[in-house]
Amino acid sequence: MKIKTIHVFLLLSVLYLLYSLNIYLKPLQVKEVTTVNKFDMTEGRLVWQKYNCQACHQLYHLGGYLGPDLTNVYSKYNGNADVIKGFVKAGIRQMPSFNLSTEEERLLIEFLKETDASGSSDMRNYKVLPNGMIEQDGKK
Amino acid sequence: MERNKTIVGRKFLSLALVSLFVGLIGGVLASITYIKPDFLHDFQGLSKLRPIHVSFVMFWIIIAANGGVYIGMSLLSKNKPLKLISNLQIILWIIALLGIGYSYLIGDFGGREYWEFNPIWALPILIALVLQLVNFIHLAKSLEKWPVYVWMWMSGTVFFLLIFIENYLWLFPYFRAHFITDMTIQWKVNGSLVGSFNQLVYATAFFMMDRINGTKEFKIGSSKLAFSMWLLGLGNMMFNWSHHIYTLPTESYIRYIGYIVSMTEWIIFLRIVYLWKNSLNDFKKNYHYFPYRFIMASDIWVFINVGFACLMSIPALNIFTHGTHFTVAHSMGTTIGINTMILLACVFMFFTPKKIQDAKPSKSLSIVFWVIQLSLLSLFLSLKISGVIKGFWQLDANQSTFYEMMQGLRPFFIVFVISGTVLMLGFFYLIGTIYRYSRINKNQPYESEN
Repeated sequence: MKIKTIHVFLLLSVLYLLYSLNIYLKPLQVKEVTTVNKFDMTEGRLVWQKYNCQACHQLYHLGGYLGPDLTNVYSKYNGNADVIKGFVKAGIRQMPSFNLSTEEERLLIEFLKETDASGSSDMRNYKVLPNGMIEQDGKK
Repeated sequence: MERNKTIVGRKFLSLALVSLFVGLIGGVLASITYIKPDFLHDFQGLSKLRPIHVSFVMFWIIIAANGGVYIGMSLLSKNKPLKLISNLQIILWIIALLGIGYSYLIGDFGGREYWEFNPIWALPILIALVLQLVNFIHLAKSLEKWPVYVWMWMSGTVFFLLIFIENYLWLFPYFRAHFITDMTIQWKVNGSLVGSFNQLVYATAFFMMDRINGTKEFKIGSSKLAFSMWLLGLGNMMFNWSHHIYTLPTESYIRYIGYIVSMTEWIIFLRIVYLWKNSLNDFKKNYHYFPYRFIMASDIWVFINVGFACLMSIPALNIFTHGTHFTVAHSMGTTIGINTMILLACVFMFFTPKKIQDAKPSKSLSIVFWVIQLSLLSLFLSLKISGVIKGFWQLDANQSTFYEMMQGLRPFFIVFVISGTVLMLGFFYLIGTIYRYSRINKNQPYESEN
């Protein structure tokens, strides 16, 4: 049988859909590693989006470029939520002040606690493998 | 009658130019916050300006790409686009653009990066994309043999729609429950969405080249090499996205798939190098034709950006560039240098009346063309250098503070802002020219439709 363009297209499409499905099922397969309440964390991510923190800040170096990466900001201030709340409330340099409700503040902190627990975004903690790939050298 | 064939596509291109206009203003205002921190501080500065810029320039590309599909398909097909469907699409896009603009101005966010607006405004876009597919199928039905660009338009239209839906999976708490998987899906979407609109835009470039060459037999459209390149691009659209997330602690196999598939882009790069002499001949042969100049420019920007992309996709090098302005330069280089140049070629090809197309382009238009290229190069280099400096800072054992590092980049940011402003003015001139063309000689045929 002659391989036609449509066959290659369909093969690639099926592979893509299977690959996507495999990724969608990850939340069912991955064991929880943190003590953060799942509901708080998922709602905290919405607070992050509601105030568009991503316009200036990054998580794992993905996001805006005006402010620092916040993946590990929770442990940077030794889990002192008041420091983070202070930055949000008062603003600093380019960062304007944000008027979050007490509940939103709590949810945002929970979200940042989760990002912190997920790994380190510090580039100095990565090692280069002989094949050119990079891996986190230990969790933090 | 021929002129009527492209009218739907030209409506899309006109709307896209309005979006470009808004996006450019947003971009220049946003860039000022880099050198003047208190600029529009009370207005919440960058948190509103950045999304205005990013979303509206992205809509410029998406709407214009859809316009390109309409133009191409209308000229190839025996059928006419369904008027009700295309008009409804235009209305939906206008509603979406107005709603999103309003959403940003009042600070009603809630979406994710690049799509920060209240997700409700994604609904008119989704319906418009479904309608685009309906009209595409209607037009494609009459084609017996599909040249490569029809395949590309089809794959771009279908996958853009599917990935756009995937873009909103986060609305379900299930997909937000595991942070790393959520980030993986977010960047899967971002990577593949770009890949899918690239399919639409590059197809339009191939289509225009066949028309410029004047061959009825689809010289590019039927070449085996073009089909191979399309499938290679399609594979990259589907599987190379994880080169965005090498530093994310997601499963290794996901990152390796992105790494391996990305390396196939070297084939595209080497092909460009191998064919450089042919490209040079094409440049010389067609340089007099103004729309072609944008295709020529996009070819050069493809060479530059694919070269950098191949290097940045090697994780050991990516660690120096990830999260830095080096990546921003890449985004600017591809969206402006490649996508925008191709789409401007399409705009000039189908908006310029025949009388003007036959004449040599005016001196001012030629100057503006080169001013745009040079200011883009300067913007690109200022970001690349900033990125390299930040990259080394990220890996420095004795890291200074983020603020100190950003202060060190200030001279490059000044160049970035000036280049961006000049670039914006250049594009404004082109938009003004197109507006003038659309007002004069309304009954004249368009050369490209003959």
